[in-house]
Amino acid sequence: MNGRRVVITGLGAISPLGMTAQDLWAGLISAGCGIDTIKAFDPAGFNCKLAGEAPEFKVQKYLPKSYRKAAKLMCRDIELSVVAADEAVRDSGFITGAIDAENINIDPARTAINIGAGVISCDLVELAPAVARSITDGVFDIRKWGTDGLENLTPIWLLKYLPNMLACHVGIIHDIQGPSNSITCGEASGHLAISEAAEVIGRGDADAALAGGCEAKVNPIVMLRQCLLKRATSENNDNPETACRPFDADAKGCVFGEGAGMVVLEDFDNAVGRGAKIYAEVAGVGSSNNINPAYEHQEPDGKGIQIAIETALADAGISPQDLDLIIPHGTGILADDLAEATAIQNILGSATENTVVWPTKSMLSNTGAASGALDLIAAARAIDEGKIGAAKNCDNKAPGCRLNIAKQILQKNIRYALCCSYTFGGQTAAVILKKVNGKT
Amino acid sequence: MTNRVVITGMGIVCPVGNDVGSTWRALLAGASGMAGTTIFDATTFPSTFGAEVKDYDFTMFTENPQLHACANRGTRFAIGATAQACRQAGIEIETDKPGDGIDRRRMGIYLGAGEGSVDNDNFFGAIASAWDDENHQMDWSAWARVAFGKMGPMVELEQEPNMPASHLAVFTGARGITRSCLTACAASTQAVGEATMLVRRGKADIMIAGGAHSMIHPLGVSGFNRLTALSTRNDSPRTASRPFSASRDGFVLGEGAAIVILESLDSAKKRGVEILAELLGFGSSSDAFRVTDMHEEARGAVQAMEAALADANISYKDIDYISTHGTATSENDSIETLAIKKVFKERAKNVPASSPKSMFGHLIGAAGCAELITCVLAIRDNVLPPTINLTDPDPQLDLDYVPNKARKAKVDTAMSESFGFGGQNNVLIVRRYRE
Repeated sequence: MNGRRVVITGLGAISPLGMTAQDLWAGLISAGCGIDTIKAFDPAGFNCKLAGEAPEFKVQKYLPKSYRKAAKLMCRDIELSVVAADEAVRDSGFITGAIDAENINIDPARTAINIGAGVISCDLVELAPAVARSITDGVFDIRKWGTDGLENLTPIWLLKYLPNMLACHVGIIHDIQGPSNSITCGEASGHLAISEAAEVIGRGDADAALAGGCEAKVNPIVMLRQCLLKRATSENNDNPETACRPFDADAKGCVFGEGAGMVVLEDFDNAVGRGAKIYAEVAGVGSSNNINPAYEHQEPDGKGIQIAIETALADAGISPQDLDLIIPHGTGILADDLAEATAIQNILGSATENTVVWPTKSMLSNTGAASGALDLIAAARAIDEGKIGAAKNCDNKAPGCRLNIAKQILQKNIRYALCCSYTFGGQTAAVILKKVNGKT
Repeated sequence: MTNRVVITGMGIVCPVGNDVGSTWRALLAGASGMAGTTIFDATTFPSTFGAEVKDYDFTMFTENPQLHACANRGTRFAIGATAQACRQAGIEIETDKPGDGIDRRRMGIYLGAGEGSVDNDNFFGAIASAWDDENHQMDWSAWARVAFGKMGPMVELEQEPNMPASHLAVFTGARGITRSCLTACAASTQAVGEATMLVRRGKADIMIAGGAHSMIHPLGVSGFNRLTALSTRNDSPRTASRPFSASRDGFVLGEGAAIVILESLDSAKKRGVEILAELLGFGSSSDAFRVTDMHEEARGAVQAMEAALADANISYKDIDYISTHGTATSENDSIETLAIKKVFKERAKNVPASSPKSMFGHLIGAAGCAELITCVLAIRDNVLPPTINLTDPDPQLDLDYVPNKARKAKVDTAMSESFGFGGQNNVLIVRRYRE
């Protein structure tokens, strides 16, 4: 990064592994699994019947009294972001109006927000009564929709499903008045949002930022889309724990899930000045894209991923040998895993065998826009604890994959950790975190 | 070290023209892009009209239409706008071996782009066939049976908002930083602003930036109609978009794409391309107020405008023209007027501030960059596009909105404002290029 140094001083996560960032870390380090049969709807008619679902919660509990009425404006994605943001802010030691209006210790105008989001699929059950009133001779009739159907939608219906509403609601709750953005780059959104928020602080347009990614992918439309694209696994429906197998020879596809990961980013001097706990520094960011008209897949040679990682390494001013941990995107889609492995191997060269790679989606599922943010939180905790967990379900590496996949829990001083991601459509992202020792 | 950032190419596909030249002529003539909706049967909707892109064929702009066969409307517009912008900037597209001397790893993409339309008939049909209205229950297996039978993977994929950027990557070969954002009506202003920062800070030499969006689809129009955000002046579409007038009753939903090529001054000079203007400042803020309303005192809008001025290192006294957000909703036009008064103080009534949305409608994600392009053209030609349909001014709104007729004026520096639904505000400042 050029400009001011930026560090992570707060973590918040809701994921298939639990309600908090600590639950996420404890689940990952013990090789737990948040994947199970879908509960949100009856999945019998879907090829993939599995998902990573977050625990049940009531969003009202995370809203200040004055804002509880707004809960009716929130779709699931927004609710998840509210929960994770609440934890991240509290963890950072910042006191916003939502936490204690008497003791605010943060400048709203100097605080930024950037929440990566996916396309938000509307709730079909909410839409259905309107559709049911728009039928002529058994067929949907757009003219009848105009006269009788659409008035059944709640007036604020559209606002529930705009992807920028995550940042808007969270911004209102915590009174964040600085630069605000909503990155929508599918599964790369979390990393790209955090990258940009770090840049905003680095260039001096804010002193702190709330950034991350959130998405609720356990939705019939998403499942349909991912099944049609053949990205979702249709095997192991009876054995959820083994279903998602990143970099394994038997990888059969993704399992999708829901979650939110939020971090508080902060100017280094600001963090030191207020005595905040520093988890890690955002040392470098990079992004690129595939050039691949087979839009649902990655380029076989992983070029787009490779460029993102190379850019992040250059931005951090380090060489590949300095990386002690890589958390890859690793979806369990064999072709994409091999593309990512190729990219990483090309960069690491002879360092491939010494650099530990720890895929997380076998435990977490693919939480879309949240996935990169959750991985980054895992990397920050790994750096902070000096600990890396064991990979799950990578029993026999896929031919062509030479990555050093973590086999058991490791105690290790991690100087630099790399997280990378890519998405259907082809955008790629890489973020490098650095261990911060004391005040230097 | 920071770079000066200049604009070296522009392209637009919008309801009043499918290129920069015809769009600008239409705007200066005070033309309207509104007419009855043709994309779907909207005859029974509260709003039966919109501002559609007309007579557009994206295959005119690409030698490889098969690579974009399933692309949604917004993406198709983006391809045309990008082709125009790249041509003007001397960037070779659709080639593995570009001879333009540009390192593809130093050329990125930043779009403010929207989602594609759902596959309407099949989408609604699947719901209808599986819904038990009496018991308020969906039979998901029945839904899945119809949906899996009728829906196609690529049509589904193209609904994702990152897909316009994906197509532009294939189209241009750009391998640099790529992002896409969707901050509602402010998205492409934000995209251009953040892309400017990347070039300024040396993260890229060239950014292909702008927006692409079409929400003229049944759920989009339904959603805006339920919010009562759209004009319902169905008997007179051409006079329906009435920013700053007493009889304004909402915006007219438009669609399109607008792309600018942002480039470091060094790169532009080295390549010897024409410099159209300098992108001088960017400001972003959030209202942190309500998702349904703008801040009553225009706090967020003022903060974004002042941040852009500070970023540009100029004073409000230096602005010659404001391209307003000017949607023609009751709330926006009042609060935006208040914001201009707060920022421009004694000069507020003397700085012309017009709304091209009166002519091309509200392009939502693509709106901000389309309006930025009109600012560059205003600077080039020293002429201001008007706010048409301003025949009954709102007595409360007393700025110089350049009513009804284009006007000659010396313009060196212009400000373009966008305020997104939910309270995300973004402002750009563009200036005549000088050494």
